Amino acid sequence: MSSKSIVTLAGVSALALYSSMAVGSKYNLPEPQSVIAKDIYDQHIVLMWICLVIFIGVFGVMFYSVLKHRKSLGYKAANFHHSTSVEIAWTVIPCLILVAMAWPATKTVIAMKDTSEPEITIKATGYQWMWGYDYLQGDGEGISFYSKLSTPRAQIENKEAKGENYLLEVDNNVVVPVGKKVRMIITANDVIHAWWVPALGIKQDAIPGFIRDTWFTADTPGIYRGQCAELCGKDHGYMPIVVEVLSDEDYAQWVSNQMEKSAAASESAIVDVDEG
Amino acid sequence: MAAVHGDLHGHGHDEHIPSGIMRWVKTTNHKDIGTMYLWFAFTMFLVGGTLAMGIRAELYQPGIQILEPELFNQFTTLHGLIMVFGAIMPAFVGFANWQVPMMIGAPDMAFARMNNWSFWLLPVAASLLIASFFVPGGAAAGGWTFYPPLSTQGGLGVDMMIFAVHILGASSIMGAINIITTILNMRAPGMKLMDMPLFVWTWLITAYLLVLVMPVLAGTVTMLLTDRHFGTSFFNAAGGGDPVLFQHIFWFFGHPEVYIMILPSFGIVSEVIPTFSRKPLFGYSSMVYATASIAILSCFVWAHHMFTAGMPTVGQLFFMYATMLIAVPTGVKVFNWTATMWRGSMTFETPMLFSIGFIFLFVIGGFSGVICAIVPIDIQVQDTYYVIAHFHYVLVSGSLFAIFAGAYYWIPKWTGRMYNETLGKWHFWLSMFFFNLTFFVQHFLGLAGMPRRVPDYALQFADFNKISSIGAFGFGLTQLLFLYIMISCIRSGEKAPEKPWDGATTLEWTHLPTPAPYHSFVTPPVINK
Repeated sequence: MSSKSIVTLAGVSALALYSSMAVGSKYNLPEPQSVIAKDIYDQHIVLMWICLVIFIGVFGVMFYSVLKHRKSLGYKAANFHHSTSVEIAWTVIPCLILVAMAWPATKTVIAMKDTSEPEITIKATGYQWMWGYDYLQGDGEGISFYSKLSTPRAQIENKEAKGENYLLEVDNNVVVPVGKKVRMIITANDVIHAWWVPALGIKQDAIPGFIRDTWFTADTPGIYRGQCAELCGKDHGYMPIVVEVLSDEDYAQWVSNQMEKSAAASESAIVDVDEG
Repeated sequence: MAAVHGDLHGHGHDEHIPSGIMRWVKTTNHKDIGTMYLWFAFTMFLVGGTLAMGIRAELYQPGIQILEPELFNQFTTLHGLIMVFGAIMPAFVGFANWQVPMMIGAPDMAFARMNNWSFWLLPVAASLLIASFFVPGGAAAGGWTFYPPLSTQGGLGVDMMIFAVHILGASSIMGAINIITTILNMRAPGMKLMDMPLFVWTWLITAYLLVLVMPVLAGTVTMLLTDRHFGTSFFNAAGGGDPVLFQHIFWFFGHPEVYIMILPSFGIVSEVIPTFSRKPLFGYSSMVYATASIAILSCFVWAHHMFTAGMPTVGQLFFMYATMLIAVPTGVKVFNWTATMWRGSMTFETPMLFSIGFIFLFVIGGFSGVICAIVPIDIQVQDTYYVIAHFHYVLVSGSLFAIFAGAYYWIPKWTGRMYNETLGKWHFWLSMFFFNLTFFVQHFLGLAGMPRRVPDYALQFADFNKISSIGAFGFGLTQLLFLYIMISCIRSGEKAPEKPWDGATTLEWTHLPTPAPYHSFVTPPVINK
């Protein structure tokens, strides 16, 4: 076997290895947890199949030619150099395939943009380098807190073993109820950040001085992790987002706990003022 | 040497070649300037590559090991700027300098002195970029796209970068005007536009794109500069501006820029494939129309880089459809190359290998491009490693592989010597293997949710990052082999035959001796149709 074919074989088997690892493992898009994320996941899979078919078609022809139409096999070159009908066909057919791809995507875009009639509205504000959350409307209205990376510095500097949720854990999770339409209003205080939770299928840039909005409805209770997705300076890699989805009862409990906490905090503030 | 061979047309011109350093400083010869562009580009490629090695070394495992986050950001920023403006673009201008006059039968570029000036601006800009690492606050760290307000925060390094971009832009505009004028006015008598080799066509269209968009880039960096120092608020909401305005203007430059870096590759590949298939290019005129359509469409798709910035539904849909349309002319090109190879009589020397590798991997980059064009999917993959994988598939295995193909293809004409074919093939196969090892896995990292431009990452990304880093080190080392091959070819390569590629049909192979004389086509060749 020549060195060339060994190299080819190694390359092909490396690619095959990666591909098999990707199928059905954590190396695909994360398991979708909302209607939109499900649409995205399904469209991505369909597109991969379309690409695969075209890929095999085009390179099947090309590599057949590479193997058979060689000078070393004594193959004599033909001399054709155009064919109007073939050229029209391979312009029109891709257009049709693109229309088929664009149709479901268009429906999803329209659905993604529909932020009307939310049950809960939360404002997320990007700071260098943490997130601030204000519950503006619905159950929990008035709750407000900051959310910072809780991974210890020592883990980042390799002085301690890294925990399971290294860089994807925060001190205060954003808590939402399951099955309720949550509208996220997103802005920033200093530079551009982006609020991204892959499992919920939302990513929106946080633009200082402007507000943008998007929405999600979480299908099942659980903890979903994401990160800032727009370069925002030194600690861009260290401002994760953690969304905790609770059942209705647990959410109501969380809200009343938060309310008590903030009432206690404001009371002690009043006491401070009185004593001062 | 050239004087010994003389010109086939025997014009009796004195072939005096100046010597010493002043030859290069003062030269107005398109071949000398082309050589300088190519060496400059390769030097910058090594500098940008060294930065890439730093990035991959830091990402070899989770945690912070060798680059603190701020320095890491400087590395990614300068890696991007240097590779785009210092390596890929000047390399293509180098090819244009060498090849355009020889392929259209012109004696030199139209504006020979301006040509010298366009080149010598480049080292100035490059020095500014590299020196910015050593000023207080370090180099620019806001990414190669330097979005404000982040880029408004940086120190002196950002100003040096802005100035460097101005200079590079001026150089590119001069180079482009020179190429347009040369192609439109200096073709050999009888050569119509539709007779030009495809490399010349793609460069003509690229040069128009450059003239169109480089001033836009100059404008936007100037606005950034005045925001930083002169109290304006173009991009500052507190003063009535809008940070997203910057993104619109930047990408109005930035997307055509993508095609500026790929159209000349299409040109090179369209020369190489017919030569080694020993068969005329299939669909010449549809290739020209496809190139022009890509260039025109490229001006209407800029906001697909900004789907997550927030845009009206109609805006998102328009930019999605327009972007998807680009797949059509690009597909036409791929089909044409395939049809050119079909029933040819192929051989697989290094230029052909790199060209086939180009088509194979560029198509993968094209597929991931279509996937990124679909707004809902882009919402997931934007600013992740998926995008990194996508644009390295089109820029490294696209532009760079085509540059390698061109270098191996024309080096016998330029130097009169052959490169070592065995080593050339090794260079190809090693590049192919390590490239895919580096970048294929990054698709999975992106899908799984690893953001780009982070110095550290969650543990589930560790395996693929390690594989990617090993691939990157291998790819980097392999490029030193290219340097060795080229130097040993220039110094001591075997003498090249007059026409080393029997399938070549363009003027530099059919009407000029090998190596090409210092002054070629002083008398225009006669074109027989």
